[in-house]
Amino acid sequence: MALSTSILLIIALAPLAGCLLAGFLGKQIGRAGAHSVTILGLAISCALSFYVLYQLVWGGAANYDQNLYTWFEIGKFNASVGFMVDRLTAMMMVVVTFVSLLVHVYTIGYMHDDPGYQRFFSYISLFTFSMLMLVMANNFLQLFFGWEAVGLVSYLLIGFWYKRPTAIFANLKAFLVNRVGDFGFLLGIAAVLSFLGTLDYATAFAAAPALVGKTLAITQNVQWDAATVICVLLFIGAMGKSAQVPLHVWLPDSMEGPTPISALIHAATMVTAGIFMVARMSPLFELSQSALSFVMVIGATGALFTGLIGIVQNDIKRVIAYSTLSQLGYMTVALGVSAYAGAVFHLMTHAFFKALLFLGAGSVIIAMHHEQDMRYMGGLRKYMPITWITMWIGSLALVAIPFTSGFYSKDAIIEAVGESHRWGAAYAYFCVMAGAFVTATYTFRQMYLTFHGKERFTVVHNHGHHVEHMDDHGHHEQGIMHETPKESPWVVTLPLVLLAIPSLLVGFFTVKPMLFGGWFGPAIHVNEANDVLGEMGHEFHGALAMALHGFWSLPFGLVVLAFAITTYIYLFNTSVAGKLKSALNPFYQMLNHKYWFDAVYYVVFARGGVKLGRMFWRGGDAAVIDGVMIDGTTAMTRRIASGMRRLQSGYLYQYAFAMIIGLILLLGGYWLFGPMLAAQ
Amino acid sequence: MIDPNLFQLVCFYAFGAVTVAAALAVITLRNSVHAVLALVLTFFSTACIWMLAEAEFLAIALIVVYVGAVMVLFLFVVMMLDIDQEKLREGFVRFLPVGLVVAVVMLVEMLALIGVRVMHAQTMGANPAGDSNTAWLGKALYTQYLLPFEVAALILTVGVIAAVALTLRQRTGTKRQLASEQVAINPRDRVRVVKMAAERPADAAPAPAQESQP
Amino acid sequence: MITLSHFIVLGAILFCIAVAGLFINRKNVIVLLMAIELMLLAVNINFVAFSRFGHDVAGQVFVFFILTVAAAESAIGLAILVLLFRNRSTVNVAEIDSMKG
Repeated sequence: MALSTSILLIIALAPLAGCLLAGFLGKQIGRAGAHSVTILGLAISCALSFYVLYQLVWGGAANYDQNLYTWFEIGKFNASVGFMVDRLTAMMMVVVTFVSLLVHVYTIGYMHDDPGYQRFFSYISLFTFSMLMLVMANNFLQLFFGWEAVGLVSYLLIGFWYKRPTAIFANLKAFLVNRVGDFGFLLGIAAVLSFLGTLDYATAFAAAPALVGKTLAITQNVQWDAATVICVLLFIGAMGKSAQVPLHVWLPDSMEGPTPISALIHAATMVTAGIFMVARMSPLFELSQSALSFVMVIGATGALFTGLIGIVQNDIKRVIAYSTLSQLGYMTVALGVSAYAGAVFHLMTHAFFKALLFLGAGSVIIAMHHEQDMRYMGGLRKYMPITWITMWIGSLALVAIPFTSGFYSKDAIIEAVGESHRWGAAYAYFCVMAGAFVTATYTFRQMYLTFHGKERFTVVHNHGHHVEHMDDHGHHEQGIMHETPKESPWVVTLPLVLLAIPSLLVGFFTVKPMLFGGWFGPAIHVNEANDVLGEMGHEFHGALAMALHGFWSLPFGLVVLAFAITTYIYLFNTSVAGKLKSALNPFYQMLNHKYWFDAVYYVVFARGGVKLGRMFWRGGDAAVIDGVMIDGTTAMTRRIASGMRRLQSGYLYQYAFAMIIGLILLLGGYWLFGPMLAAQ
Repeated sequence: MIDPNLFQLVCFYAFGAVTVAAALAVITLRNSVHAVLALVLTFFSTACIWMLAEAEFLAIALIVVYVGAVMVLFLFVVMMLDIDQEKLREGFVRFLPVGLVVAVVMLVEMLALIGVRVMHAQTMGANPAGDSNTAWLGKALYTQYLLPFEVAALILTVGVIAAVALTLRQRTGTKRQLASEQVAINPRDRVRVVKMAAERPADAAPAPAQESQP
Repeated sequence: MITLSHFIVLGAILFCIAVAGLFINRKNVIVLLMAIELMLLAVNINFVAFSRFGHDVAGQVFVFFILTVAAAESAIGLAILVLLFRNRSTVNVAEIDSMKG
């Protein structure tokens, strides 16, 4: 049996319908109307996505690959809108719609007092539509459309509170850094079209083996392997979208947006688009070992070094942001060692527990009336038990305690890296292993600072009326609360619970089929020689055995060590933190300044760009074009004209003289050149 | 006997010299009247040269029309305008060299172009007009060139009208008769009949005049 | 033996004298007009000569017309001169420059 086209169309278009209704008729249908319409659209989409997944996995449906609408045709090139739905896509669809639906419900509570309520719902539905188009695409062009669309919506949402200058700075930064990645991506797509002659996935992948041995001439003498060039260029796009070093700088700044979108876009879905894309392109990437090494090294660097920055952050959302960067690095490393299934598996589990962590942080932020600095929190577990417990579940999944989903995916990656013999694998192994320690450190630190220990805020009950400005960060004095924190409403905590469940259980049940059972089928293509997951499969004896074995593994040991250290510092002897900071001050400064990436980018690219523009404006446009060409020609014309004017003296004899001179010249010319003219 | 050709040549040189000298005089003489008279001399000697070329009609026409009418007109104008002689000679010497140079250059060019040496070979052959230059000219003028002839008449008419129209001016203070206006007079504008008493009473105010319709 | 070249040379000399007269006399418009007449005369000589030596009556016919036109032109030219004198009280060419640019 086959998947139904109409169902797939409904899945993609229902969120779009919700977006349009909430966006254009927002005033007419009001707040309740806006959230109802979008949540309804999303619920339909989510239910149908589950159904499609069910059909593919248990219903025996065939993979779907059809063009639905021809956009244009130029010569042999055909650009069309179509869907390719196999297990990889179906899994992504489920993840995207599920998390998006929960975020929609959460937003009812989080953005309750915000004046832009309907706009927000419209945007997150638009985002869901774009992300679905991205994952369901069956050709590079549609992929790029979805790619750009999610980038756009990310821009709109980061700068949602557009009156804040920091938000505008952040959204422009995100867009521009993404642009750099998109530039490489577009070049990669062009290279694909040039070498393989088509942008359709199926045709391109079938033609891919022909790339072996082909080269791209960069200059006369320099030839680069075509497959490597294509894959590196495509990966540059992934570096921008999935925030790999050095294009990672936009993600921490994107925390300026409201927390629901940090959960949806910058944890679960948009940033994973790059990972998805590389997995989808596995037939191409398998042709180039150097590209995969490149991917691996970049990912490993990100995994370790961005995690380190997370240790010194004080904003609750920033810690989770750097954690996301680190985990994206893990996924990229997995791609780099050809463990595509492992990367996608981690993508799925990470989506659940990271969204959970972000939404939980949002719950804390609501309770603390938009205070986000952890130094002014503490002891919140008394007031917000549901948030506390669900966040602990998410944290355990993040640090990969055995039996949680995070454990299965993360440990699988670490082992896969250990098995790989590719160039750079040793460095990557060190990074992911050290990263386990770092992850545990910042996670436990965050939990302790937020929920445990002494309360570092005081509650002052105010008489009289004061208005909460939810879009004004830090408007109140830090550390002073006007009412005791309390648990958030059910629209906020229900999504937390609904996310905690898969964070605990999904891994246990899906690890075997997804990683070792060829669940993805032809969607993911791995060469025999590189198949590390296949190697690991020989030693896999079931989820239970893997978990029990996990208790004895090095990563778990590192986690325990980190647990011990952080518990000591943050629960018992907090002064040690201060002493450590001053002792390791240069190291601390480096982390605090994020390795000076932001500073360098700002000075070199941003200010450099402004200076270049100014130079072109003053030197080029004003001086050359306006000055020389425009004003210059007028001045020249005026000068020539005033010179010529003097010929008109008004004196008859001078006119006559001019005529006679002309006559003489004519005669002379005829005398000299006459014979020549006559000869012709 | 004198060789006719030689005689012709001598005559030609004589008249030619006079022409050139008179032309030079035209442009250098201080007194305008003298200059005009020199121009008259130029025309005369040119007419004689044309006689030598057996173009009698044109020679006489030159004298009658050109000298007789146009030059007389020049004289009229020159004598009519009161010209200050002295001031007009400024700058004469200053521009003389330039003028001379230009004229010489032009002469050289023209002669070179025309190819004087070639033409030296061409001699005057038999008179194509037969005996009467006038008849020859007349035959061509009234048959082949009739239209240009009429147009020339038109040009002269236009010239007359233009010259009169340009210089005509109304003199103030002179009285003229305009017949059309005279005829178009309405008697009412000229005459008004007023009734008055035959005599004036001695002690009373004079009776007001009564108007009555004529 | 009179040849064509005699006439041509004479015509050329007269023409050049007239040309020189055009801009030597900066001060007298009347001489200007007379120089123009001289130019026309030179051209007439050439026409007559070519007509006689080339056995073509067209040359003399053309002289006829040139005479006509020259007469008309000098009449009008003098009329303009008279007007100029009336308005400016001078025939000094150097003072007639109100058309300058």
